[in-house]
Amino acid sequence: MKDFLSLSIANLLNEYIFVYDFLDSYDLKLKDDELSKSFREFFDSLDEDKLEEKGLSIDLLKEQFVNFMNAMTADADTIEELESITIVGGVNKYGEPENVELTIRKGEVICIVGPTGSGKSRLLADIEWLAQKDTPTRRQILINGKVPDKKRRFSIDHKMVAQLSQNMNFVMDLTVEEFVRMHAESRLIENADEKVSAIIDEANKLAGEQFQANTPVTSLSGGQSRALMIADTAILSRSPIILIDEIENAGIDRKKALELLVKEEKIVLMATHDPILALMGDRRLVIKNGGISKIIEVSEEERQHLPYLQALDEKLVSLRNQIRNGEILNE
Amino acid sequence: MKFITISGPPSSGKTSVILKVIESYKLQNQRCGVVKFDCLLTEDDKLYETKGIPVKKGLSGGLCPDHYFVSNVEACVEWGIELGLDLLISESAGLCNRCSPHIRGVTAVCVIDNLSGVNTPKKIGPMLKFADIVVITKGDIVSQAEREVFASRVKVVNPRAVIMHVNGITGQGAFELATVLNDTEDIDTLKGKQLRFSMPAALCSYCLGETRIGDAYQMGNVKKMDF
Ligand SMILES: Nc1nc2c(ncn2[C@@H]2O[C@H](COP(=O)(O)OP(=O)(O)OP(=O)(O)O)[C@@H](O)[C@H]2O)c(=O)[nH]1
Ligand SMILES: Nc1ncnc2c1ncn2[C@@H]1O[C@H](COP(=O)(O)OP(=O)(O)OP(=O)(O)O)[C@@H](O)[C@H]1O
Ligand SMILES: [Mg+2]
Ligand SMILES: [Mg+2]
Ligand SMILES: [Zn+2]
Ligand SMILES: [Zn+2]
Repeated sequence: MKDFLSLSIANLLNEYIFVYDFLDSYDLKLKDDELSKSFREFFDSLDEDKLEEKGLSIDLLKEQFVNFMNAMTADADTIEELESITIVGGVNKYGEPENVELTIRKGEVICIVGPTGSGKSRLLADIEWLAQKDTPTRRQILINGKVPDKKRRFSIDHKMVAQLSQNMNFVMDLTVEEFVRMHAESRLIENADEKVSAIIDEANKLAGEQFQANTPVTSLSGGQSRALMIADTAILSRSPIILIDEIENAGIDRKKALELLVKEEKIVLMATHDPILALMGDRRLVIKNGGISKIIEVSEEERQHLPYLQALDEKLVSLRNQIRNGEILNE
Repeated sequence: MKFITISGPPSSGKTSVILKVIESYKLQNQRCGVVKFDCLLTEDDKLYETKGIPVKKGLSGGLCPDHYFVSNVEACVEWGIELGLDLLISESAGLCNRCSPHIRGVTAVCVIDNLSGVNTPKKIGPMLKFADIVVITKGDIVSQAEREVFASRVKVVNPRAVIMHVNGITGQGAFELATVLNDTEDIDTLKGKQLRFSMPAALCSYCLGETRIGDAYQMGNVKKMDF
């Protein structure tokens, strides 16, 4: 472990950009001639009375700084990349064993189906929480075939699941580019520019109507917001699993959206009863009474229904558009 | 009895989260109670009552609610023990970002919501910086990107905390939070325990920098709750 109090401030700022966040959050300002000092010297030079007004002291600051640096540098690299997850069955609501051991690999698309209250959300929560027989279902989740490192449960940098929810609101008032850039920067990655333009490109391929980098996110249509979020999550989110709660039909190419997520090596879990999406997946998990009761591999035979379903879907979309445009329905 | 302090900006979802966590405990036949601290008015006590949860409310009036909190928390713990609770939770709305109700040796939770804006974590101060667990709510109404940015902003303010996402309406994440809270040690009294962070100048002994809890240390303008 490094002695962060003794190293020069300039070096630390260079190596760890988050040192600025520490300074910001304690409202500390550095003068240029202080950069060659160490943080110990800098803290010692502060006015103890002024710190006391903020409830701080020199010792407390030093302690907080060391804690901060240790915690920020401890994480990341020690946790291994995810290749697969395995769900080891537990029991259903009646205490009957599930008898499954299911391994899902990067790039697979899985649909989760079952009536309301059957336990779909609980299964997803078990995966997100990396359940270790400590949830009501007694399921166990393995990563790369092994019991996961305890740290992974709480690491926000290794959050298992990113969620694309039904309502897609933006509360920030930024342009598309600023918005995506802020996300990229929060991840402290290096090629931010590249990622930002890739995301805007991909989003425009998914959205029916095009938008610009300087469009404010708050003025995107429902379909455009969805497209932007899917592209952003595919390319920038660190979470290996993407959970989709029904992709609505509204103005987005669902097939391309899934292809993008698969290309980015995500595991896609969809809670959906839409037959088109179900057939685009690799497998369906049928949930009943709180347990996985069946695993259906989508067969080529079943997939043959896809063109028919897509034609139906297009028909419905065109009828909807006629209504929207104030026309009279005519075949 | 286990004791946990939960604080957070007004309307961040504290009560919603507490209710969901208690539901989870009830399934394990654990008895839970709540003390709610606020400034002028709160309806939270009625919410807890309708769910059959024993509750006490303390209104600080003109005092900083956190100062009022520390003058009364010891009696609250005695009350909880007398009722035979397994878990007592204190809910306080951190109205002044300068104070924090967190006590050394008592699990401290800060609840903040995704809607409050990405710069809020930096502004919140000790209530967030000194928390063991940070619960982020209202993830359902923002995008995945905003959730990730917000969580990373929380992390740079308090990298040692366990950061959890809980939905106060559906309860998603509440079972997991309850599991983490269950690791809290039992206590019999708060006497002699210390605040994690001293409170600013005002009128009572705690305003003057006192951090020890107990009647012997309270002087000046101290307001007491009715039990
Ligand atoms: N959409 C959404 N709303 C939430 C969530 N959590 C809480 N709310 C709503 O936010 C509002 C405030 O929640 P409360 O639980 O009363 O917040 P509080 O922090 O206890 O508020 P005070 O005690 O008054 O400071 C309520 O209308 C809740 O229904 C959440 O995860 N998602
Ligand atoms: N194996 C199980 N053992 C005990 N309880 C379970 C089990 N599986 C699910 N539950 C509980 O059943 C309830 C309903 O499950 P859940 O919310 O996951 O259903 P759902 O399929 O997502 O429903 P909806 O379609 O309405 O969203 C939850 O309280 C969940 O914790
Ligand atoms: Mg559900
Ligand atoms: Mg409340
Ligand atoms: Zn205060
Ligand atoms: Zn005081």
